[in-house]
Amino acid sequence: MLFGSVLPLIVALACAPLMQGVITRTKSVIAGRMGQPLMQPYHDLWKLLHKGAVYSHTTSWIFRTGPMVSLASLLLALALVPFGGFPALSAFSGDFILLAYLMALGRFFIVLAALDTGSSFEGMGASREVTFSALAEPALFLSLAALARQTGRISISPLLTAVSWSVWAHAAPMLGLTLAALIIVFLAENARIPVDDPTTHLELTMIHEVMVLDHGGPDFAMIQYGAALKMWLFATIIVAVAVPWHSGNRWIDTAVGLAGMLILAIATGVIESSMARLRLLRVPQLLLVAIVLASLAVAL
Amino acid sequence: MTISMPSFRNGEPVALASVPCLAVREFRAAIISAVRAGSGLTALFGTPAENGKIQLFGVLADSLAGCLSALRTEVNGAYPCLTVDCPQAHWFEREIAEQWNVEPQGHPWLKPIRFHPHYRSSRAAQSPLPGATEFFKVNGDEIHEVAVGPVHAGIIEPGHFRFQCHGERVFHLEISLGYQHRGIEPALIGGPGKRTIHLIETLSGDSSIGHATAYCEAIEGLSGTAVPARAQVLRGVALEFERLANHTGDLGALAGDVGYLPTAAYCGLIRGDFLNLTAAICGSRFGRGMLRPGGVLFDVDAGLCSELTRRLDSALKDVADATRLMWDAPSVQARFEDTGTIGASTCEALGLVGPVARACGIERDVRLDFPSGIFRFAQIPISKWGTGDVFARAWVRWLEIQRSGLFVREQLASLPEGRVLARVGPLMPAHLIVSLTEGWRGEIAHVAITDNSGRFARYKIVDPSFRNWMGLAIALRNQQISDFPLCNKSFNLSYCGHDL
Repeated sequence: MLFGSVLPLIVALACAPLMQGVITRTKSVIAGRMGQPLMQPYHDLWKLLHKGAVYSHTTSWIFRTGPMVSLASLLLALALVPFGGFPALSAFSGDFILLAYLMALGRFFIVLAALDTGSSFEGMGASREVTFSALAEPALFLSLAALARQTGRISISPLLTAVSWSVWAHAAPMLGLTLAALIIVFLAENARIPVDDPTTHLELTMIHEVMVLDHGGPDFAMIQYGAALKMWLFATIIVAVAVPWHSGNRWIDTAVGLAGMLILAIATGVIESSMARLRLLRVPQLLLVAIVLASLAVAL
Repeated sequence: MTISMPSFRNGEPVALASVPCLAVREFRAAIISAVRAGSGLTALFGTPAENGKIQLFGVLADSLAGCLSALRTEVNGAYPCLTVDCPQAHWFEREIAEQWNVEPQGHPWLKPIRFHPHYRSSRAAQSPLPGATEFFKVNGDEIHEVAVGPVHAGIIEPGHFRFQCHGERVFHLEISLGYQHRGIEPALIGGPGKRTIHLIETLSGDSSIGHATAYCEAIEGLSGTAVPARAQVLRGVALEFERLANHTGDLGALAGDVGYLPTAAYCGLIRGDFLNLTAAICGSRFGRGMLRPGGVLFDVDAGLCSELTRRLDSALKDVADATRLMWDAPSVQARFEDTGTIGASTCEALGLVGPVARACGIERDVRLDFPSGIFRFAQIPISKWGTGDVFARAWVRWLEIQRSGLFVREQLASLPEGRVLARVGPLMPAHLIVSLTEGWRGEIAHVAITDNSGRFARYKIVDPSFRNWMGLAIALRNQQISDFPLCNKSFNLSYCGHDL
């Protein structure tokens, strides 16, 4: 059975950058451009891994530790999430708290690394990231709490597996609200429009990207790969709630899960192409909306 | 006290002797009272006088009467500054202090603007490092300073921006330029020569036609050349093509800055279509080599004319479609509205020009106020909007795109017959001429003064960016620092046009 649980992890490690490739390609097609190859994120990672890294004299070991801790904590977090018909590698009561704080740990170290540079840009980015994630976190918790209340499970893997069409049939409003909250958190946590613009070159407007300006080479590869894994993780939760396909055949379920990921990636590309970024002051309001939606879902 | 100042038109030469040379006190009073009465300070610059003093020239533009006037004074080392009573003089006086080592006493903000040794210093004089100056600082525990540039993340020109912030809020922005200083004004002295037009066309690469028009009209005025009607029309068409291309590019860039992809992508493409119209006439997308004193070097035959009209129509339709997406997107409007607002009174006080001024509801357009060339016969209605924010600056651009498009269509449909180039004779000695053109950024002012042999004793260039950079700094007050790129793009000022 161990193989069955390692498989989701392998799929995540292999396919996470592809999801970003699909989003980028979707945006290109809508903008009328050819767009970069779907595999470009992999090429970028390969290129970065073969580069050297330059470290500023003002930085300390924290700066170098940041990317590693961030990637490691995301890898651990992925082990808690099931995919398709396969359960997660590890599951225990209350593990969603570990999941949330593993991601918080990764973020904490990236923020520390950003502050370690002493750059005013990175300090600004760190302040924004921390402010917004402090609001995204309750939304995530409340969403998971709503699901836990509905399914009676308090561990991620059984909880997500327990969501089924029959749950949709009698608790559609609750699941719909949870899904909406999760999608907002997904966009915010992964630095997508309308919260952040992953393609902008304007340091003053960035949130996530500006924190990692000083990282290069393998360190930056770890950050990029970590970002891809984080997106995969959130997308997995959304797809598990939105498409609870439990046919009994795990391979079919996994294929459906992958199709769901593809659709979510395309949908993200469409969202990014159809609206502008929010003014930075309005981002907390959007996250508050997510909190309110998730609270309603808990109450329903 | 009344002073008789010669009143003249845009592009009309006046004998230097008729420009009154006043005492400094009268000079100040005359400029301050004229500006209070609504005139614009088009130029204020120094030039060395024969007696070793510095002669300051002021050029005032009365847009209601459509008249210009000039006056001068002589100063020696220092004079009481104008800026405290006339903020429009702010940047000009800093320039005078830097170029001629003359101190405008009492100037509240006397720092270099281009960081070069002053013009009368020896050749060996060490050039100061750009940006090496005291910046305005706000003190306080929670204040932080953000320094951006001179090297930027995008492919743009160098400039240094220093923000004093409280959290995300900007208390003050100081802009320090000068990284692109090439010394064009001193290089023009003794001209015109073979290189002059090339220097003019590259003053600010995206305004090649605008600056070349101002230069050519100055030369034609000073030499009494009558430009053939056909050439005047073609110049007007080229000027409007330049405006169409740049405004379209700006609208796309504004959309890009708020992360609205469709308009950003399409406008980038359509800007190229407009640039290619200019290229279809003269072979250069930026109109280099199109204008020469006396007319234009490239004629347009009937086939090309209908081809231009066809391509223009299709590009105008495309830009209408691409921008409609943006005007209809609430998320874009939410970013544009109430961002970087400048009030009309601030705009008047600072003497801002171009679409920035028109976005504050001020009717200021050289094509209408001081028309020259084809604009004396064919007028383009003024495009303005009253809110003074990023939206207004974007919307004014969109209005101008439509009106420029109509103008070009009309002109191409009724192109006068005849030659396109007239011979240019020698320049009148000891004359002054002011040549104004409405470039796409705003008022381009060239002031030429000839010596006794008809060569340039001084050639003063005032790019619209020179007038507007301070506007950007003021627009940022109490804004979010994350909105700076958007505000900056809505001004889209030239660094090299400012630095010369």
